[in-house]
Amino acid sequence: MPFITAGDPDLEFTADLLRLFSERGCHLCELGIPYSDPIADGPVIQASYTRALDKKVRLANIFETLGGVTPQLTMPVVTMVSYAIINRRGAERYVDEAQAAGAAGAIVPDLPWDESAGLAKICRQRDFNLIQLVTPTTPRERAIRIAEASTGFLYYVSVTGITGERSTLPPELVDNIAWLREQSSLPICVGFGVSQKEHVKLLAPVADGLIVGSAIVRRVAQASEGNPPRPRHEVLADIGQFVDDMLSALRSV
Amino acid sequence: MPATSQVPDLHGRFGAFGGRYVPETLTYALDQLTAEYEKAKNDPVFQAELENLWKTYVGRPSPLYHARRLSEAMGGAQIYLKREDVNHTGAHKINNTLGQALLTIRMGKRRVIAETGAGQHGVATATACARFGLECVVYMGEEDIRRQKPNVFSMRLLGAEVRPVTSGSRTLRDAINEALRDWMSSVETTHYIIGSVVGPHPFPMMVRDFQSVIGRETIEQSLQTFGRLPNVVVACVGGGSNAAGMFYPFVDHHEVELIGVEAGGRGDKPGDHAASLSFGQPGVLHGSYSYVIQDEDGQTCDVHSMSAGLDYPGVGPEHSYWKETGRVTYTNCADQDAMAAFDTLARYEGILPALESSHAVAQAIKIARDLPKDQIVVVCLSGRGDKDAFEVARLKGVDLG
Repeated sequence: MPFITAGDPDLEFTADLLRLFSERGCHLCELGIPYSDPIADGPVIQASYTRALDKKVRLANIFETLGGVTPQLTMPVVTMVSYAIINRRGAERYVDEAQAAGAAGAIVPDLPWDESAGLAKICRQRDFNLIQLVTPTTPRERAIRIAEASTGFLYYVSVTGITGERSTLPPELVDNIAWLREQSSLPICVGFGVSQKEHVKLLAPVADGLIVGSAIVRRVAQASEGNPPRPRHEVLADIGQFVDDMLSALRSV
Repeated sequence: MPATSQVPDLHGRFGAFGGRYVPETLTYALDQLTAEYEKAKNDPVFQAELENLWKTYVGRPSPLYHARRLSEAMGGAQIYLKREDVNHTGAHKINNTLGQALLTIRMGKRRVIAETGAGQHGVATATACARFGLECVVYMGEEDIRRQKPNVFSMRLLGAEVRPVTSGSRTLRDAINEALRDWMSSVETTHYIIGSVVGPHPFPMMVRDFQSVIGRETIEQSLQTFGRLPNVVVACVGGGSNAAGMFYPFVDHHEVELIGVEAGGRGDKPGDHAASLSFGQPGVLHGSYSYVIQDEDGQTCDVHSMSAGLDYPGVGPEHSYWKETGRVTYTNCADQDAMAAFDTLARYEGILPALESSHAVAQAIKIARDLPKDQIVVVCLSGRGDKDAFEVARLKGVDLG
């Protein structure tokens, strides 16, 4: 399950990437709505948000592009979005617009379970998924309640930290996911730090989905950074190859 | 509904404002902090230790000083200055950092991170960490490092590591983002000493409580000095910690008028000021729901103030609550008017105020002129201006070589 930033470096490229992920057989795509002050994100995704916002990408343009491309996709798309953006748009309007554009749900990394009741109700009424997050610092009793509140799937954050590629993942990760699996019937998807084939082999037996963000976004950056930037078809081919490698690692488990 | 001092509720809500909009990773640390703070608040040993530090290390109580020459020159109300500038480290920030440093130790943590704008909070945090032998990392925007060189040097002398922040506007807002990101990875061993009444619950409440010593002393000193409470109390508002500390003990004294002064910058166009209560609207930033300057998509806007400590697009949630309930009147003061007040206070009273505090002084001068001579206006002089020497010289076109 790839993560990319909407509008990095522009929405046309975002649409190309969504089609590519769908064609290669990805199971879901997380579309990051760029935000000026992301506190859960490491340098790679921050830089990606900044590139998109520097080009003045607007929420309305993102939904317009998404609405144009989702009918061609075989995988669902969920938006990864700050509550600052949802709150400003108005929660009902945000969900309505996202749904009209074909999005299946939202992950709101800065809206912990305790604050999510209002948005959760709006999402439930519209059959729009609100994916909740459990982290290594979440006490177990709380994790159970978060799992009960989540819809679509449950997002397990693999590390205590921000997004970004890691060479190794915490040793207790597999056990923690296995424990969580016994508490919830929802699919469990794991993200933050997942970037290598070894991670896929480690986590595939216990997780239902693996979210890969920075490792892809770093490749997307080549389309706009450097002098001159790499031609777009080459960047697409590079990302396609990376996705193929990760998917084949997944299938070989 | 009128404002009450019985806020926030258990969820950190000041009316509609406040709350906790942060990643799940931080929830556990915030719960731990809330619990530890509640215990400490009711622990006489903790309170005695903090009060002893305030007295013997900070130099509290800070004086309530009658600015006689200034009052006479303005020809109106009597202006009194609550002298937070004479505190150790030169500002009110130390009141809070000592309290949070004690909490850090109670929680068994040995590493502290902080953000700083003007550098006052960074220095106050570095100082408290040196005093208690804690490791200290301060995040500071590159633009602010340029504007506040003396404070950067002080922090390093005190043994803190100053990490330049190069993202976004390279000011206070980005320094907070970077400190929160550090905390996301280090939360199990590190305490984040936030410097203002902003951020997720319990920070706005806790920082307000630590700073409330300012208002409590002012009430006591007013009763001793002139036998009644002041008519008007004025404080500058960036994130709003000196104002919250000054105002909070006055909230239930309805006869006292409270005025918060934001940074009016160069004008009222977006990007020219940092006055979120004057020109912004309710939204989410840095973990709480409060007034914020953001665009129609919810992206935080760049702001401007000549004073690094006020150069922030948000404000503490309790200020939003006081604005909505009408308990506090918020106004703003332009860069040039604050600079004029800086000069005026220097010439009439021999006090160089911080550029932040100069905003409050400007407003006090403005209103004192039109009030009778038996009225009393208290200004929170939140910090001293030494740190601004280079920036004031630059703004005045003076080459210090």
